[in-house]
Amino acid sequence: MEAVPSFFETHSPSRYKGVWSWLLTMDHKRIGIMYLFSILFWFLLAVLLGGMIRLELMFIGQTFMSAEVYNSVFTLHGVIMIFLFIIPALPAIFGNFFLPIQIGTDDVFFPKLNLLSWYLYMAGGLIAIVSLFSEGFPDTGWTFYVPFSISTRTNVSTAVFAAFVLGMASMLTGLNFITTIHRMRHRDMGWMQIPLFTWSLYATSWVQLLATPVVSITLLLVIIERYFNVGLFDPAKGGDPILYQHLFWMYSHPAVYIMILPGMGVISEIIPVFARKSIFGYKAIVASSMAIAIAGSLVWAHHMYTSGMSDTAVFVFSLLTFVVAIPSAIKVFSWVSTLYKGSILMTPPLFLALCFIYLFSVGGLTGLVLGAAGTDIHVHDTHFVVSHFHFTMFGGTGFAFFAALHYWWPKMFGRMYDFKKAYIGAILLTGGFMFHYVPMFILGLQGMPRRYFDYLPQYEKGNFFAGFGAAFMIIGVFLMIINLWLSLKNQRDVSSDPWGGTTLEWQTPSPPALYNFITEPVVPDYPYDFSGVVERYSKDDKGE
Amino acid sequence: MASHPDESGKKLGMWLFLYTEIILFGGLFVLYAVYFSRYFGDFKESGKTLNRLIGLMNTVILLFSSFAVAAAVTAIQKKEKKIALTGLATATLCGLIFLVNKYFEWGHKIEAGIYPNSEKLVSGPHGQNMFFGLYYVITGLHGVHIIIGMTLLIISLVFVLEGKVTSERFALLENSGLYWHLVDLIWIFIFPLFYLII
Ligand code: HEM
Ligand SMILES: [Cu+2]
Repeated sequence: MEAVPSFFETHSPSRYKGVWSWLLTMDHKRIGIMYLFSILFWFLLAVLLGGMIRLELMFIGQTFMSAEVYNSVFTLHGVIMIFLFIIPALPAIFGNFFLPIQIGTDDVFFPKLNLLSWYLYMAGGLIAIVSLFSEGFPDTGWTFYVPFSISTRTNVSTAVFAAFVLGMASMLTGLNFITTIHRMRHRDMGWMQIPLFTWSLYATSWVQLLATPVVSITLLLVIIERYFNVGLFDPAKGGDPILYQHLFWMYSHPAVYIMILPGMGVISEIIPVFARKSIFGYKAIVASSMAIAIAGSLVWAHHMYTSGMSDTAVFVFSLLTFVVAIPSAIKVFSWVSTLYKGSILMTPPLFLALCFIYLFSVGGLTGLVLGAAGTDIHVHDTHFVVSHFHFTMFGGTGFAFFAALHYWWPKMFGRMYDFKKAYIGAILLTGGFMFHYVPMFILGLQGMPRRYFDYLPQYEKGNFFAGFGAAFMIIGVFLMIINLWLSLKNQRDVSSDPWGGTTLEWQTPSPPALYNFITEPVVPDYPYDFSGVVERYSKDDKGE
Repeated sequence: MASHPDESGKKLGMWLFLYTEIILFGGLFVLYAVYFSRYFGDFKESGKTLNRLIGLMNTVILLFSSFAVAAAVTAIQKKEKKIALTGLATATLCGLIFLVNKYFEWGHKIEAGIYPNSEKLVSGPHGQNMFFGLYYVITGLHGVHIIIGMTLLIISLVFVLEGKVTSERFALLENSGLYWHLVDLIWIFIFPLFYLII
């Protein structure tokens, strides 16, 4: 490739060497890679914890951990997956690395703040570890519902504080991205020329900014209650525990869009590239991102149909929940229509994106079962819910994360991985996924409650079968990650545009140079025009 | 690294941050609204026991300090370093007086047996407990913000002294000023909500 050294060889600021050139870096790409490794660590740890939960559930009665330990293990699994993996994963890793490149600039607007966010993320993780070893990890579930979170003897305060710090990290990242998109776009790039991944990050950032403070204050109140017993949520002192749930879900429902929107952005990048066809409905996708961000803020109480609310409130929240399903469906239709009559080039990222569409659709459709108050009252707090949110978060954002890893890995590291192993990993993962979570839908419909370490004999078969699914899934995840890891030993020989992409990151060398672009980037009038790519590839086929 | 002398971009970032602060307090005001409508009578009774004079004094002090900060920001743009320094020092001092007043206010109430989880509050009417619970939480959090704001003002002051904040590069001072105005603004909401219930 070009003789220009990549950002791995050039330090920024240049006065630091070795490990300091990472720990004190202000280069958005290096920060993205530091996020990559720290987030992968937490993800794999939580996957193993998920495996432990499943192993315990495979057999009736106590298998290998006590009920108390089980409570802490599923809480830890949930807290890590939510706060340390799924919320930061796409924005912090790929957003940091690619957002500035996609809009044709050299860094984010506040590079120091960016590094600070990484340190806050690490601090949050550390605090979570500390709470493990002092008085035990909370047994409340990741929702920290009062009154239990205030009365339990486990160390809720530290874990809640960890979530508070992680919230700050995510908020600052959002702030940084919005400012960057407003102030640093390439001067030739208008709003309707921004790639869809960046658009999705823009919508996400607004949600992060507007919703996270609500959970911050709610979590602070849990800590205050634990130390001072004010009684704001204690009915014996005049408080109302339901208010906690309202405040919590005012953040945590919008948070599911923090999780899924960037995933949708990734899929919107991958599908057109490998269909060699302009994305169907660019403007509809942009508009639906913003619509999801806005409408998603108004549906929080659909988590509380059984908590005690007026019938009117239940009706309104149920209706609004159905309304939010529309923009999500628009995106699914856009992706499928993009594939229609495209010239499909099958690759691991596309394969994972297709799995995403399927799994996310199942998650979305079962979401309607939960959004409708009548059916939700039947399956509330059962394994049906657990299965539903794994389909959306894991099958959705999780798969988008894997797809993004496989799509951008060659750009980030300049090395191609082995396709065959990637496919095997993805197939194991997807097959195991179905095997693990479909039985959970059935168990839930039959009435198996979530967060219980034991169950009635009629649930034995389903739980046993799900265990095999979990095993395949975990093997699949590790195979994929190990395969990517092994690619680091390969030659660094990836061209600047190995897939035939049209967004600006494919105009930089792989891996990019310190300030990203070697020559001034050329902003296309429309980010998904593949006529040039198709021409280039057909020439290659004829051997010209 | 290419430097970004984009002052309005920095201000945009600051405004976004201020939104998050407003929403942080917004969560508490939601709690206030719910309990206010549930326990209107108790809230009214409890509000009367707060010292309106001190509350009013503190409001005036903060308003004056906001004026001083605004003057400092204008002064630095006009290269009036001395006026800028005076403005910042005055505002910081005002913050300090505010905190001292709050200290006496809280101390007075605590002496009277009114503090979170106290015998008197727990056995008294529920609305009273909610009122004072929110009073301590909200004014406490606001006090923390005053301290943060004062720290920012002092940092700006030092930077002006050292000549790092000048008529060309004054984003730090301007943003600290914005933060101080926000802290002030939140107090403007707190004051009537607790002191002036009629
Ligand atoms: C190999 C992968 C995984 C396995 C085997 C697994 C298994 C499970 C099981 C069995 C439960 C239910 C525990 C109970 O209710 O008793 C659970 C809960 C949960 N899982 Fe997973 N999971 C996996 C991956 C994920 C991923 C990728 C995410 C998020 C992106 C996730 C997020 C959650 C959350 C938030 C809970 C709820 C915890 C709570 O109730 O507080 N899981 N998981
Ligand atoms: Cu929700």
